[in-house]
Amino acid sequence: MSAATHDLPPLVLALLRRADDALVLGHRLSEWCGRAPMPEEDLALANLALDQIGLARALFAEIGARTGQTEDELAYFRTDRAFRNCLLVEQENGDFAHTIVRQVLYSAYADSFWRAAAASAEPALAAVAGKAEKESAYHLRHAAEWLVRLGDGTEESHARAQAALDALWPYSGEMFETDAPEASLVAAGVLPDPAPLRAAWTGTVERIMTRATLARPADGWMQTGGRQGLHGEVLGTMLAEMQSLARAHPGAAW
Amino acid sequence: MVSEDPGDRLARARTAVAAVEDPELPALTIADLGILRDVTLRDGRVEVTITPTYTGCTAMAVIGWEIEAALDRAGLGPALVRTVLAPAWSTDALGPDARAKLAAAGIAPPPAPGAVQGAAPDAAPACPRCASARTELLSAFGATGCKSLHRCRDCREPFEAFKAH
Repeated sequence: MSAATHDLPPLVLALLRRADDALVLGHRLSEWCGRAPMPEEDLALANLALDQIGLARALFAEIGARTGQTEDELAYFRTDRAFRNCLLVEQENGDFAHTIVRQVLYSAYADSFWRAAAASAEPALAAVAGKAEKESAYHLRHAAEWLVRLGDGTEESHARAQAALDALWPYSGEMFETDAPEASLVAAGVLPDPAPLRAAWTGTVERIMTRATLARPADGWMQTGGRQGLHGEVLGTMLAEMQSLARAHPGAAW
Repeated sequence: MVSEDPGDRLARARTAVAAVEDPELPALTIADLGILRDVTLRDGRVEVTITPTYTGCTAMAVIGWEIEAALDRAGLGPALVRTVLAPAWSTDALGPDARAKLAAAGIAPPPAPGAVQGAAPDAAPACPRCASARTELLSAFGATGCKSLHRCRDCREPFEAFKAH
C-alpha cells in the first residue's frame, strides 16, 4: 500500500487529500476530549471532531468504491507517507490558541472549498460537499468567535493568539496548491478553482484578524509537502497512537 | 410469506420502518425527522434508504440496526439498509408534527423552513417550557450534533434547541 501520488487516479487522489485532512484534523480535535478549558468547549471540540471523522468516512467510502479499500484499511493501515493531508491539520494542538488558530485557518478554507464543491461535476463529490458545507460554516463561526475573544481579550490571551497565528501562518499556503492531477480536475469542473478560493479565504481571515486585533503575519516561505505524502514527525506520532488498537487487533469489531 | 402480495408486503415494511424511533430523540420517529428516505422491494427483499442529519451522527449505525430489527420482527427480514448523502438533509425536512413533538419533548424546534442553514444559533429560540422569548445561548454545541444548548431568562430552565441545518 505505497499509494504514491503518481499511482492514484486524479479523482481518488483529490478525494484522499480531503479525506485525510478531515481524519487528521478530527483526530487532533478529539485529543481535547476531557481536557478542554470548560465543559461547553469540550462538547464543542468533540462535536467538531465527530463532524470531521464523519466527513472522512463519507470520503473514504467513495474512495473505497473506486479502489476496493475499506474505511478501516484507509484509516488504520496506511503509514504517514501514504497520507495526503495538508501539513496545517497535523500540527499539534499546542495551547488552546494554537488549536483555535488552526481551526480558523482550516475552516475558512474548508468552508469556501465545500461550498464551491457542491457544484462539482462529480456527483459523489457534490453529495459529500452538500453535507460538509453546512457543517464547515458552523465550525468557522465557532472558531472565529473564539479567536476574537482570545485576540481581543487579556494581554496574555492576545499574546498567545498572536504567537499561534505567527507559528501556523506558514502552513496556510499549501491549502491552495494545485498540481497536475488537480489542475486536470479543475479544468473538468470536478474541483473548484483554487484562485477564487484563496481570495475568499484571505478576505475571511483578514476580517477575523481585524476583529481580533491581531496582526496579519507576512506571507513569507510557505511549508509544503503534505499533499505529496511528506509530513512532519508529528503526524507519525499521532498515527502511531491512532492506529495502535486496530494494528494490535486486526479485524476486531466493537 | 413468498406468496404475500408485493403491495401488501411493501405497505407492511413501510409501516414497520416508519415507526422506528431516533435513539437520541425517542419522541420522534425516523420518518418524522426526514432521516427515512425510501422503502422499496427488490426481488422480495426490503431495501431501506436513510440519510444522516450530520455526517458524524453516531446514531446512524444504531438506526440501521433498529430498522433491520423492526423488519425482522414483522417477518420481513433480512433487509438491506443503505445510506445516501444527497440531497443533503435539512431541518426543512421537519414537518409541523415533528416540530410539535420536539417542543413537547422540551427541545425547541429549528427555525421555520427557509431560514439560513448553518446559521448562528443566536436567533434566541422560544423556551419550550414557558414559551418566553427571553432566552440566551449557553453553548453552540450540545449533547448531539444536531442540537445547541440554551437557557430561559424567565423560568431559568436550560433547554436544548434543534440547530438550523
